[in-house]
Amino acid sequence: MSEDEREPPYLYPDYVGTRLRAPAKPLVHLPEGFHDFPAPLFPRTIADLDHDLTRRHSGEPLGERIIVTGRVLDSDGRPLRNTIVEVWQANAAGRYLDQDDQHPAPLDPNFSGAGRCLTDGDGRYRFITIKPGAYPWKNHRNAWRPAHIHFSLFGSQFRSRLVTQMYFPGDPLMPRDPILQSIPDQAGRERLVSHFDPETTESEWALGYRWDVVLRGRAATPFEDEG
Amino acid sequence: MSAPLTPSQTVGPFFGVGLPFERGEQIAAPGSAGLIRIEGQVLDGNGDAVPDALLEIWQPDGHGRYRTMADGEAAGFGRCRTDPEGAFIFLTAKPGPTPAPDGQTQAPHCNVTVFARGLLRHLVTRMYFPDETAANATDPVLNLVEPARRETLIAKNCGGVLHFDVRLQGERETVFFAI
Repeated sequence: MSEDEREPPYLYPDYVGTRLRAPAKPLVHLPEGFHDFPAPLFPRTIADLDHDLTRRHSGEPLGERIIVTGRVLDSDGRPLRNTIVEVWQANAAGRYLDQDDQHPAPLDPNFSGAGRCLTDGDGRYRFITIKPGAYPWKNHRNAWRPAHIHFSLFGSQFRSRLVTQMYFPGDPLMPRDPILQSIPDQAGRERLVSHFDPETTESEWALGYRWDVVLRGRAATPFEDEG
Repeated sequence: MSAPLTPSQTVGPFFGVGLPFERGEQIAAPGSAGLIRIEGQVLDGNGDAVPDALLEIWQPDGHGRYRTMADGEAAGFGRCRTDPEGAFIFLTAKPGPTPAPDGQTQAPHCNVTVFARGLLRHLVTRMYFPDETAANATDPVLNLVEPARRETLIAKNCGGVLHFDVRLQGERETVFFAI
């Protein structure tokens, strides 16, 4: 299966937002090498507590405290060190701190829902946050997004760029979510679901979830079959 | 065997809490020498404004070099979300020509990445400069594009401001590149 067949298509009519925004013409393929240049350098410094979404305000946010950690790798399995990971999410009630979010669930004065960190020498990132809530959206009748955390990563190459969403194991909304279901194969969808991890869980304090990310590296082999 | 890649998902409508950063549209500082102002609009298949898109520009310096970690200070990257009219701006300096992998020279251009609600994967395009007629004519990437669509990749000079609209779908749809 090629990389393109593993990715969601641009046009996925069940996700209504794609209908007028998916390009109608095919993408133009460039010869090999034209996209082999370095990833952008992020022009801001990362502060010590940017990875801890629970310590931005005077009090602690409501919700189930969690640790989300994993490794960022390229497709050859090499760790991507010192690469920026950005996250954003809804609060425990399923509400974003965004003026366009009209879901009538409470805002939390102690939760903004955004964080950044750099991966360490093993390519590992780690965030402390609260488990986001599910929330309704107007895509179809009684549509609800499964709980998720948005991730944005740069990696080492321009072609490594990835914006995606991490889901939680066992969420009954996942099979009904057209955004997740837009990914054509079950294995691909499962790669967006984190694992509960007793090793990451800290006693008397927070549940731990693990989720690894694999980004395109330099000169990836675009048509290699899985297995 | 290479590990399967992590699939993409939409940036969604609420990225405003996480991705935009202060003065993100200022790749070059206001008042700096050779400052260029880029203005544009993101439009959908009906020609309606896309008010929840995020654009990133990544470009080399005036000598055609992309900054890397080894250079120390970051430069050449900008990020701007669209406003309720679908409009965005960037302030930057003109990049230099870059070598192409096949030994040719690429005309000066900015790489433009587009994220939006409704885009399950980001889109990549390029903005070329209207005052580079000769370099654009021999650019290996522009020459891969059918002639009628090349103009979607070249900004227009409107009284000193470069206009570059991104049409996601439909008439005069912007050319996007496979990554």
